[in-house]
This record gives sequence, structure tokens and C-alpha cells, in this order.
Amino acid sequence: MSQSSGNPSSPLATSTPGSAPAVRCTNLTKEFGRGDTRITAVNQVTFDIQPGEMTLLVGPSGCGKTTLISIIAGLLNPSAGEVSVFGQRLDQLRGSRLVRFRARNIGFVFQQYNLLPTLSAAENAAVPLLIAGEYRAQAVAAAREVLESVGLGARANAFPSQLSGGQQQRVAIARALIHQPRILVCDEPTAALDAQSGRNVMELLARIAIDPQRAVIIVTHDARVYQFGQRIISMSDGRIESIVTSPEQLGAHS
Amino acid sequence: MNWVAWRMLVGDTTKYLGLVFGISFATLLMAQQISIFVGILKRTGSQVLDVRDAPIWVMDAKTRFIDEAPGIPDTDLMRVRGVAEVAWAVKLYKGQVTARLAAGDFRAVVLFGLDDNSLVGAPSEMIAGALSDLNQPDAVIIDQAGHEYMWPGQPIELGREFELNDRRARLVGVCKASPPFTTLPVLYSRYSTVRGFVPRQRNLMNFVLVQPRDERAAETTCLAIQQQTGLAAYTRDQFFWKTVRYFLATTGIPVNFGITITLGFIVGAAITGQTFYLFTIENLKQFGALKAMGVTNSRILMMIGLQAIVVGFVGYGIGIGLTAGFFEATKNITHLAGLYLQPLAAIGVGIAVVAIILLSALIASIKVLVLEPAVVFRGG
Repeated sequence: MSQSSGNPSSPLATSTPGSAPAVRCTNLTKEFGRGDTRITAVNQVTFDIQPGEMTLLVGPSGCGKTTLISIIAGLLNPSAGEVSVFGQRLDQLRGSRLVRFRARNIGFVFQQYNLLPTLSAAENAAVPLLIAGEYRAQAVAAAREVLESVGLGARANAFPSQLSGGQQQRVAIARALIHQPRILVCDEPTAALDAQSGRNVMELLARIAIDPQRAVIIVTHDARVYQFGQRIISMSDGRIESIVTSPEQLGAHS
Repeated sequence: MNWVAWRMLVGDTTKYLGLVFGISFATLLMAQQISIFVGILKRTGSQVLDVRDAPIWVMDAKTRFIDEAPGIPDTDLMRVRGVAEVAWAVKLYKGQVTARLAAGDFRAVVLFGLDDNSLVGAPSEMIAGALSDLNQPDAVIIDQAGHEYMWPGQPIELGREFELNDRRARLVGVCKASPPFTTLPVLYSRYSTVRGFVPRQRNLMNFVLVQPRDERAAETTCLAIQQQTGLAAYTRDQFFWKTVRYFLATTGIPVNFGITITLGFIVGAAITGQTFYLFTIENLKQFGALKAMGVTNSRILMMIGLQAIVVGFVGYGIGIGLTAGFFEATKNITHLAGLYLQPLAAIGVGIAVVAIILLSALIASIKVLVLEPAVVFRGG
């Protein structure tokens, strides 16, 4: 598997695991539109996420969760404030540097999986390595190993249309993990799954989150998954309503 | 990532074949119609190009095209021969008469009357009989397609007799000749024999075929003939193009074919462009995910470009192959003989296909390039 996050040329190469929070947001603000149509999607948000932690980002629709996770993942630039990932200031990165940062350090799990329907499970999981310039045969071989680790080794040659929703999401998780990203960003990973499949996926993500060099951030509406989080950040109208970290509080939240 | 682009393209067989079919269809439509158009236009002047042994045609100054030349006095032949730049000059009759076959059927035919002594203007390739047989009384030679037209399904048989202007004509040979615009049989005979085949008229000769002393100075010789005789004189190519231009300017052929070719281009562009555009748009979510995962815009452009090139290359190849196959399959059909895939049509259509594909790829790319990668988080 690729070790791209440990590549000396990576923006994260100078940061030492444990020396900085996995994610630090300071007075983070994101506005869309101008004048009368201006909307503040994220408003003066400040929080830290620690390595080895699974953080849940919860709140009603339109509260700014997706905008916030997009900024943390380097897909959007903030209008104001600072955001850093393992010490690397993302708000100071632009263009191709930001694209390279995403490719090396962020793994994505989407609500609708977004697998390429014409590629097999192994080929889909290999895509991040192909983006990094890995040879196809090596990338697909590495993908088979990762699929094995998420319990899908036997379905490596199956196409997405031949897999259940839970299996497709596990392929998406394998794809998100194959290049060993520092941050795993998951958008409603259980929304399209039945209860059992959703639970299986969350257990898998919980195992992944234990890694002290990684953080998992999950945007969710699904109250059934709250029990898996070590930190639950509740948002409302673009602001943080509460941050829950103690086991007692988490239990109450669940 | 080129491999991913390739798999995105060919992985969905139905869509891929739809794209290829669209381009193949457009290519076939355009290449076939352009080739037939060019072939038919060439037929209008094919009798001019068939005369290989004299490079200059002399005729009445008001002649607009080969089928319209009025008779000119025999003395004009002497006047042409009197031009210093002329090595030799011979008379030629070219006209249309009606043949009456043994069973009483009538056929319109194109008749050439060749100079008795030199037979200049005679066909260059004989299939049956010999040119010298034209020296026999009432002898005529017919082109192969004409023989099929006059005696359909019958084997070549020399010695057949029919009537031209109530005079007996006897078939002594079958030759190869380019089909004329009207696809009528082409008959060759000696000038003196033709006098009996054509209704009596004051001036029979309507062309003088000329060999200049210096073949490289054919155009100069034409000018000299025009200045000294008042007749029109053209090189072979000039007269061919004069005839073609006449048909282009005064008939509905270019309009009709132009409409068909334009429709072919529009239909082809619409099918191909729309299908490829929709193909890319349907993959928008996937491209968004790839962008989120770190694929740059330039890489995305290369992926779409590769898909366009593959589809264009395969579709064009099949389309041109089908066009060539069409002409190969119809080459023995008499009225389609001489029509073939024109190299210029193949090149022109290739350029058109590239334009269609690149344009649709470009339009589709814009959607992908402006796509915010964050769109992948918007559910749905």
C-alpha cells in the first residue's frame, strides 16, 4: 500500500503525530453569496479533534455540517478563520497544493458510495493509488489486501451493481483507506443502509479510528451511530451548539 | 488514470456502442453522400477525361459544357491546323441519338465519331474485339455498362445489329469507358460512318481535338487558337472543370446533395455530440468524486479527451469501413459503376468527426471543470 502520507514531500511530513491535534478549527467562518443573498453557513466555529478519535458531526439539515466537513477535507476554502490538519494550515493552501494535500491525506466515504460502476470492487478501491501514480497491477493488488481487511476479499472482482449497499460502502471505505490518509471524512455513511449493515460499517470505522495517527470524522443524522463516537459535535445555524466527550454525556446523547 | 477513463468508457457496453454507432452513422452518411456527389460530378465531364491522346479541345466559342456543343464548319478544322503552335488536329463528333434494337425497343445513346485515320479519342481499353474493327462497314464499339443497358443479362456477343437513324449498326467491340452523367450507353464509330447514323445537319463536327507542338505549353496553344480562330479552346482539365461548373451552377445536384450532406453532418453532430455530452454528464458525480480524491482538472480533461479520441477513432473507422464496403458491394451494379469512396471525402469527414467530437467533449468538459468537488457531499 502507498505510504504517501509519510512521504517527505508531503505537507504533513514535518508534523509529528501527537504533537498537534488532528484537526484544529479556530473562528472558522464560511459565507456564500453577496449582499442581501449572503448566507453564513459556518459561523465562528472553534474546536479540536484529537488523533485516534472518532468524531461525529450532528445537527439538523442546513446547520452547516456539510460545509464544515468540506472545509476540513480541503474541498472548500473558509471565508475567515483558521483550519489546520495535523499542523498543516489548509486555509493557506490553494489550487494544486490543496489538491495534492487532499490526495495524500484525506480519505472520503460518501453517502451514495460514488463507486465507478464499470470498475470492480478491487479496481474501485485502487483508484486513490492510481491517482498517486501507482502502477495498475500493484494498485489493484494492494486494493485486494485492503478489501480483505474490510471483509470483502471474496468479492474483490464483483462490480458495484453486484454488491449490497453495505458491501458497496465497505468498498468505499477500502478505497478511502488504501492510501493511508490521516483524516477519514465520512458523509452519512449509514444513511443508505439497513440497521445491521449500518452497524457493521460503524464497527469497521470504529476499528479504523483507533489508529493514533488518524482521525475519523463522520457527518450523520443517524442517532443509532452516536454510541460509536468519542466526540459528538452538535451544530445549529452554522454554530457549534455543544461538544460532548465524556462517556456519561455520550451515553445520554445516544 | 487513462485506464480508468478507458474503463469508464467501455465498461457500459450499451452506452459505448451507442456512441460508436452515432459516429459511425454520421461518418457513413457524410462519406457516402460526398463520394456519390463527387462521383456524379466527375461523370458530367468523364468523356473529356477519357480522351487521353489529345490534350486540347476546340469548340464553338459559346459552348458551355460537353453535351451542348453546336456543330462547327469543317473549315474550322483547317483554321485550327493553321495555328503555328498546333502539331496536329482532328475532328470529333459527340452527340446523342436513338438506337432501335432488334426487338423494336429504343435506347438513347451517346455517340462519338472519331477521326477515320487516327481514331483519336477512341477508348483506351477493349474488353472484346479490337479498335481496328471500326474500319468495317457500319461498325460501332460500345462501352461495357452500355452493353448491359442495351442487352441486359445477355453475354457479350459481337456481330449484334441494331439501327441508328434507320441505318444498320453492327457491334464489333466492347470497351471500358467512364460512365456518362446520364448513364447512357457510349458508342464509338468512325466519323465517316457516323454521318449516316446522325440525322442530316449542316455542320456535323462539334469538337476539334488538338495536340500542341509543346505539350507543356497547352494553355498557351489554347490562347493562340482562341485569338486566331475565334473558337473556344480549353485544356482537358479546363474543359472538364467548365463542364462540372456548369452542372454545379445550373442544376439542383449541389443543392440536393448539399442538403443531404449538411443533414448528415447535423444529424451526426447531434447524435454524437448529444450522446457524448450526456455520457459525460451522467458521469459527473464520478468525476466529482475523483476531483475530491485529488484528480486535477487537467487530468480530468485528459480523461475526457481520451474517451473522445477512442470513440471518434473507432466510430470513424467503422463508418469509413462501411462506406468502402458499400461501394465495393455495388461496384458491379451498372448505374453505380465508377462511384467509389473519394479519398478527399474520407479526409474531410475525418476532420468533421474530429470537430464534432472535440466540440462535444469541450462543452461536456466545461461542466466537469466548473464542478465543485464538494458537490459529492450533497447526498442524492
